[in-house]
Amino acid sequence: MKILMKGNEAICEAAIVAGCKAFFGYPITPQNEIPEYMSLNMVKAGGAFVQAESEIGAINMCYGASASGVRVMTSSSSPGIALKQEGMSYLAGANLPCVIVNVSRSGPGLGGILPAQGDYFQMTRGGGNGDYYTPVYAPFSVQEAIDLIFKAFDVADLYRTPVQMVADGMLGQMMEPCVIEPRAAINVDKSWATDGNSGKRPRNIVNSLNLSAEGLEQMNKERFARYQEIKKNETMVDNRVKDGDEIAIVAYGAPSRVAVNAVDELAARGIKAGLIRPITLWPYPYDVFQNLPSSVKNILVCELSMGQMLDDVKIGVAGRLPVHFYGRCGGAIFEPAEIADAAEKIVRGGA
Amino acid sequence: MATTRILFSGFGGQGILTLGQLIASIALNKGKEVTWMPSYGAEMRGGTANCSVIISDKMIGSPITSTNIDILCAMNIPSIVKFLDNVKPGGQVYVNSSIVKEPIDRTDVEAVLLDATNIANKLGNIRVANMVMLAAFLQKTDLFTFGDVEEVLHQRFAEKYPQLAALNVDAVKQGLEALA
Amino acid sequence: MSKIVYEKSRGLSETQLSYCPGCTHGIIHKLIAESLVELDLLERTIVISPVGCSVMAYDFFNCDGIQASHGRAPAVATGLKRTNPDKIVFTYQGDGDLAAIGTAEIVHAAHRGDNITVIFVNNAIYGMTGGQMAPTTLIDMKTSTSPLGRVEALTGKPLLVSELLSQIPSTTYIERVASHDVPHLNKAKRAVKKAFQYQAQGKGFSMVEILGTCPIGWNMTPTDAMGFVKDTMMPYFPLGVYKDEGGEA
Repeated sequence: MKILMKGNEAICEAAIVAGCKAFFGYPITPQNEIPEYMSLNMVKAGGAFVQAESEIGAINMCYGASASGVRVMTSSSSPGIALKQEGMSYLAGANLPCVIVNVSRSGPGLGGILPAQGDYFQMTRGGGNGDYYTPVYAPFSVQEAIDLIFKAFDVADLYRTPVQMVADGMLGQMMEPCVIEPRAAINVDKSWATDGNSGKRPRNIVNSLNLSAEGLEQMNKERFARYQEIKKNETMVDNRVKDGDEIAIVAYGAPSRVAVNAVDELAARGIKAGLIRPITLWPYPYDVFQNLPSSVKNILVCELSMGQMLDDVKIGVAGRLPVHFYGRCGGAIFEPAEIADAAEKIVRGGA
Repeated sequence: MATTRILFSGFGGQGILTLGQLIASIALNKGKEVTWMPSYGAEMRGGTANCSVIISDKMIGSPITSTNIDILCAMNIPSIVKFLDNVKPGGQVYVNSSIVKEPIDRTDVEAVLLDATNIANKLGNIRVANMVMLAAFLQKTDLFTFGDVEEVLHQRFAEKYPQLAALNVDAVKQGLEALA
Repeated sequence: MSKIVYEKSRGLSETQLSYCPGCTHGIIHKLIAESLVELDLLERTIVISPVGCSVMAYDFFNCDGIQASHGRAPAVATGLKRTNPDKIVFTYQGDGDLAAIGTAEIVHAAHRGDNITVIFVNNAIYGMTGGQMAPTTLIDMKTSTSPLGRVEALTGKPLLVSELLSQIPSTTYIERVASHDVPHLNKAKRAVKKAFQYQAQGKGFSMVEILGTCPIGWNMTPTDAMGFVKDTMMPYFPLGVYKDEGGEA
């Protein structure tokens, strides 16, 4: 049955239905509906909820719960996610699954609470110390956020990795019709869990420490072999570029909805444009830029930042086409007409 | 029209967000695509509140309606000051004339005046002023019918607060009478 | 015929301890291991090791173990215990880990009254990193970051953790003990055992602060280090039960 739900609350409900048994968080706008919803409904579902003393406390609670093999989630917003990086590095180093939701805001520093996409580097380049990545999902609708939460828990378990989802105040606060139904459970071996069953099996240890250079190198290589599998199996992109399109607009997350309007507006102006919407920011769908129709002569990257995903698009395009950028930041959101104007200027040769 | 972009705006406590949600729920009941998007953050605490609702037959892009507004539902003066210029030519402005006394300073939009706060007061509950405003949608658009409103109020209130459902329906009826 | 009069606790693993000669971490591990075995809790216990000299404590106990980031062991314990309330969860932390970088985590685990046990080994110094000043370093004590001795005017007075945590309303049991001689070790073991018993009985947050030695960091012989605990540390860090609201264990 379709219900009308806020993005933040839909993310919570999907997590509970996906079998998440614990939520640890800390208040920060614009994600407060998440801990609020969990404080009632996670407990009703028989799970654990703690409002932690800090984001650092919360991510480390996740680490402890995940070590015992349960599905666990935390959420925060940009500056709070920065605080969680220590724990995320440990989760990655100890090969623990965890879902981290970033309802991002504008920065740097305390910044503002309005939508922005300035956390792209932090999310896609590791973020904490050491050699690691985390898969990052960037839904653009409430329904897609729900679907990707199920996916995020599965991917976290399958590849033993922390997984991030990025939303923003727009997606978190907006209501849309959506459906939340249980999905087929995946089968994962969690015989590594430190849940105190030492009587029945050799003791388990969850750890990222390895003082032997060869040993640690091996651990990292093993992790990167899993990353190769993630790249192969889990890369997602919504590619709407059609044969005949003159320009490809690249945008992600809720702000890409503005680009959807811009494509319509460009059509009304007689310009054929197509949208490329990466759904995973890591692994990034670089391949999509290798198979564009020959009609596409320009790429326009639109972000609510000074240009961060732009780097990945350039890697994907690899110099074959000009890559342009149009962005707003600080909480300012582009209008469809702004994107259309930028695209029109490029296509008509003004840029 | 295939897509209707509505902005609801007023003081916090005037039921602006609720009215938007109610209309979004009606749209959902009717199988439409719909988004509801509130303003959020500091301005929610005591100042003005607003929310965007977009109803469409096709996929909705941006959920924000700060520009190209088809219908502005304004329950206080700051809403007019802030958003009137962003209403499309040919658009509509539903005005809570209990509070907004000044004439609407545009000739290319249709102004619909409703004495909403006073009507709600006469019904004994100032908080249903939003439902009085809803009457303007019934009178001026084909988005939904009175039956749709009754249905959504029933869904929302019937179980726990049946008397509230009745009060809200009354408020809509009074609004319709005032417009007749 | 010979009979066994003493043997290593099966609560300890076969891994050789990595602690320096004269350090009391090893003997404190023994007290914990014996307590868990005697209380029949070992099989359902998970140790959370800190960052510091006891970073590899997970290797030494014969139970499941988690290595936590610096200072966060109590938060890790909270997450683990809340999702596994029938398990026994303890953190093993030093004074840098617990009393400096991890103050928020320890105070709030105590504040929530989480049903966990904290073993806090206070040796008044950062041992692992090379003998730097800790919040618990005594006045005038020389360390590698207080080369002329700890100066009160610049760095305050040593932090009294048992006193601090006993003021937090939700804590159940707080005791400070010492590890420098057999009578004190016997008392220390009784405290450790009581803390685990309380946890098994669901009585809430308990912490046992154990005054330990660091002959290397203190630049002393092991014998002198034992004397330092008795003569210098104990007067400033008074032993005793700071709080016991657990009733009969």
